[in-house]
Amino acid sequence: MKAAVISFPGSNCDFDMLYALQDFGIDAEIVSAKQNNLAGFDAIFLPGGFSYGDYLRTGAIARFSPIMSAVTQAANAGKLIVGVCNGFQILTEAGLLPGQLLGNATPGFICDEVALRIANGQTAFSNAYDVDETISIPIAHAEGNYFADEATLDKLEKNNQIIFRYVNNPNGSAHDIAGIMNEKGNVFGMMPHPERAVDSVLGNIDGQNFFKSMLSGILTKA
Amino acid sequence: MYLAKIYVTYKPSILDPQGEVIKAALKRMDYVGIEQVAQGKYFEVILNAKDVDVATAEVESFTEALLINQNTETYRFDLSLVPDEVDV
Repeated sequence: MKAAVISFPGSNCDFDMLYALQDFGIDAEIVSAKQNNLAGFDAIFLPGGFSYGDYLRTGAIARFSPIMSAVTQAANAGKLIVGVCNGFQILTEAGLLPGQLLGNATPGFICDEVALRIANGQTAFSNAYDVDETISIPIAHAEGNYFADEATLDKLEKNNQIIFRYVNNPNGSAHDIAGIMNEKGNVFGMMPHPERAVDSVLGNIDGQNFFKSMLSGILTKA
Repeated sequence: MYLAKIYVTYKPSILDPQGEVIKAALKRMDYVGIEQVAQGKYFEVILNAKDVDVATAEVESFTEALLINQNTETYRFDLSLVPDEVDV
């Protein structure tokens, strides 16, 4: 499995993601958002940060960077696409995931560690967790309030596309949504940061199974 | 050239937390008559176009593609003709 971590101007979790992937033995490298080719990569990670200064709306400018046509192409080809935090915001702006991340219901930046419940444990992103298991993962965002219209939310529920839910909703997200995937099951976005919870030195390893899930997902498919 | 003044606001169905916070502050400041506050975005775009119809179509096109997110936002705009050469 070869993974790309996209570095947008203003990304600041790209190296955290790179180190986490490498910790799991994944051949990963940073790819600049100015590139326009992702041939040869099995999985593409859009990291957290403040791409393009969060100007206009979070992710709104990043979705038009040169790399995004390659990301869309990879998504259509069934490659794994993962957006964390700002990466999630970029994926929704790009239309690769439904809905939008709005400003937190109580305005302001939240930096905390929150409980998530595994809503679907049978996906490429969660199969190493048990359904209904509760894990603790860091969050750090001002625009994490997931919004989608009722029809879209119904569809997400019906198709089991909601993978992580907040136990105590910190930001006003509809249906307590912390992470969703697309209908095909290969594009995924979440606001919390699993890459910050993989090393016992940092006091939290609840994110490890997120990475293990993707590894076994790829192996199952192969 | 045309000057487009574009006003972006949340759709009425969308919670506007910043508007709500501003409203609460205004009430605390004793502006008792305040009923509603909406915070939006304002853009001024100067563009070249051969006539008003082309300019209108272009403003609609780029506003919907970039300036707003149609999940939650809506917009209106005013278009006016401005001189090609501005005297300095």
